[in-house]
Amino acid sequence: MKKYKHYVFALLGVSLLLAGCGNQTGKSSSNGALSSSAAEKVYVAPGEQDEYYAFLSGGYSGNLTVYGLPSGRMFKEIPVFSQFPTSGYGYSEETKPMLNTSFGFVPWDDAHHPDISQTNGELDGRWIFINGNNTPRIARISLSTFETEEIIEVPNSAGNHSSSFITENTEYVVAGTRFSVPVPQRDMPINEYKGNFKGALSFISVAPENGRLNLEFQVLMPGFNYDLSHPGRGKSHGWFFFTTYNTEEANSLMEVNSSQNDKDFIAAINWKKIEEYVKNGGGTKMPANYAHNVYDEHTHTGTSTMKKEVLTVDPTEVPGAVFFLPTPKSPHGCDVDPTGQYIIGNGKLSADLTVHSFDKMIAAIEGEKFDGEAYGIPILKFEDVLAGTVKSGGLGPLHTEFDANGNAYTTFFISSEVVKWKLGTWEVIDRKPTFYSVGHLMIPGGNSRKPFGKYVVAMNKITKDRYLPTGPEMEHSAQIYDISGEKMELIYDFPTHGEPHYAAGCPAELLAPKSKKIYRLSENKHEFATISPNDARVERNGKEVHIYMSTIRSHFTPDNIEGIKVGDKVYFHITNHEQDFDVPHGFSIIGQNTSELLVMPGQTKTSIWEPKKVGVWPFYCTDFCSALHQEMQGYVRVSPANSNIELSWSLGE
Amino acid sequence: MKINIVLSALMFSVLLVGCGGKEEKKTDGFSVDRKKSTEKPVETPAADNEVPASQRITLDEKGVGQIKSITLDPEIDMEMASTGEAIYNTNCTACHKLDKRFIGPSPRGIMERRSPEWIMNMILDPKLMTEQDRCAKDLLIEFNGAAMANQNLTVEETRAILEYFRTL
Repeated sequence: MKKYKHYVFALLGVSLLLAGCGNQTGKSSSNGALSSSAAEKVYVAPGEQDEYYAFLSGGYSGNLTVYGLPSGRMFKEIPVFSQFPTSGYGYSEETKPMLNTSFGFVPWDDAHHPDISQTNGELDGRWIFINGNNTPRIARISLSTFETEEIIEVPNSAGNHSSSFITENTEYVVAGTRFSVPVPQRDMPINEYKGNFKGALSFISVAPENGRLNLEFQVLMPGFNYDLSHPGRGKSHGWFFFTTYNTEEANSLMEVNSSQNDKDFIAAINWKKIEEYVKNGGGTKMPANYAHNVYDEHTHTGTSTMKKEVLTVDPTEVPGAVFFLPTPKSPHGCDVDPTGQYIIGNGKLSADLTVHSFDKMIAAIEGEKFDGEAYGIPILKFEDVLAGTVKSGGLGPLHTEFDANGNAYTTFFISSEVVKWKLGTWEVIDRKPTFYSVGHLMIPGGNSRKPFGKYVVAMNKITKDRYLPTGPEMEHSAQIYDISGEKMELIYDFPTHGEPHYAAGCPAELLAPKSKKIYRLSENKHEFATISPNDARVERNGKEVHIYMSTIRSHFTPDNIEGIKVGDKVYFHITNHEQDFDVPHGFSIIGQNTSELLVMPGQTKTSIWEPKKVGVWPFYCTDFCSALHQEMQGYVRVSPANSNIELSWSLGE
Repeated sequence: MKINIVLSALMFSVLLVGCGGKEEKKTDGFSVDRKKSTEKPVETPAADNEVPASQRITLDEKGVGQIKSITLDPEIDMEMASTGEAIYNTNCTACHKLDKRFIGPSPRGIMERRSPEWIMNMILDPKLMTEQDRCAKDLLIEFNGAAMANQNLTVEETRAILEYFRTL
């Protein structure tokens, strides 16, 4: 009887389940089908991997975060402009120089617009660049080590916002100033801004063999705000386009005073022409002071060099190089379609998008159809360069990306939506809400000649009710839409870190096969490396003590050190002797005034420790490395300053 | 109850000794600990009731991995051996010392206990070996659960280390 009852209940349960399923699909056929397919579309099963990498800027975190698409899973945070105690970046002796600037050590920035290197206008996956907005800097990050390899400061710039966008063969990474300032900086009344301040647009070359950055020249433009930029591509390769606002040159209450003109400009810069001018000795060398910081993968060490000169170019001295394209209502995003034919100005205070035609622009320049000039720079006639207007009905257009089928996708901040429209016909095909107040959007390769138009990620400024509340501060939300069909489909919501502005993405197969797994110990050229545990030692040089220490699962060599004195400067140089993927060791010591170190296999990192108290002080490994991780520890004996205890070190004695 | 009292008395005395330890000369008071540590290693292998893995002779076992068969030249290739010695010094000495048992066993005499194939397989993929080879598994237990690190060496580098082991 009992058994029988169980069967009945089981049968009943199964039939209920079945009925439940049937009801759902039956009741709301479209919704039910959609939601189940949305789940399938973003589901990356345990052990499987994503199809795309997405690199989201961290905004005020100063860093870059790496996500997978379509899963929205976060893989890593790459420290760029901010100290990062998780790895010791900006705390270790090797990485402190990376954050050096002409203002001294600046341990933070506001990171905005990542861009992946390109060859022939297609993503090549060598490096990713990102700008520091606050203390103007450009960083280059290796896409094999996922580490920041280089940071160059940008002089004469302030609010480095129309950055860091690269030309189609990564000839230059371009950095434009948002805030115009006196150039050179000087003591002058703020209200004499108009006509006196300048906006510097910097062209930083990228060496093809190793990515080394060099500030080649700066175009000193009129004192507008240079908001965003993108390179020409294909037929427009050789040109760069910058949106401007505050062509009023207001210096106060900008919210009102910078929005007076009916039209601002898109500045079109023929950089090939300026490059040629500079190569022939053009331009003016100007004293400057800016930091150039380079991290070497083999010495595992960063060095900072101060540069003392910059070449500036007065655009009026290079005829035919710079033109203004009138563009309505304080345009924000400046985006160029995959063919290079259309330049889209996203007039943020307008309802419409303005699309300029590259061919028409060239024709107007050749026909010298100018509508006056601004500070000697010719202004083209709006009607002569206009390709079309997208009348979407949305409000506050900010940014546009593209797929490979001649469609464009524009975010509207005020009306919180993504609008899909057709290039050439300007007709609106679809619109979908975002949650909420969307800023940038990103399609992998969406600002190159070859977009991968499967997903678009919309990055929002406001989260509100999308997740469980976590107090007044919440991470920004992002949404993934499937754009493989005619209509966009919202398939996933995920939280981000910091405030993502722009992002860049690429197919996983471009990066995953060449991602570095370990650093070869035999290639370690660090000045203080301990290549063999037999070389582990402690050396004193006055009050400086250098500890050459090696690690392997699960001990430090040496792990007992005596003869350290109060007032010493103790450098722990830790070399990780592991040569296996994903086996870092950590290092921390009580009272350390910096952060821990996380040392990758084959790498050397250094932490400075200044013992203040007599005693026997422990250090330990912070990364759970093996079954004997808890045993991975050691002691340093610290004696009074006047003690005569000899230096000694040992392991297992 | 009795046990409790004894235990707390013990704890108390340890505490007292611990306090005394601050004065350097009384650190010898910790000899209790030392006795404990000498007792333990005797117990562990005994539980298995057979020869400890480190002393076992398994010359017929080739282990698990990519090395299936190695023929050693009767003459030791001294050039290869010195290459192997250099690799050994960089990659292995953190755990393996010639003159003593350390984190792992000394390589001295290993050629009399293990086959060349077993040695190379152990160096090339210690994780696979400790999962699938009986002797490697027992060694892991005998050596306190300290898993041998994969040093990502090539077959050629591993072969050179083997040649170096022949000289020991």
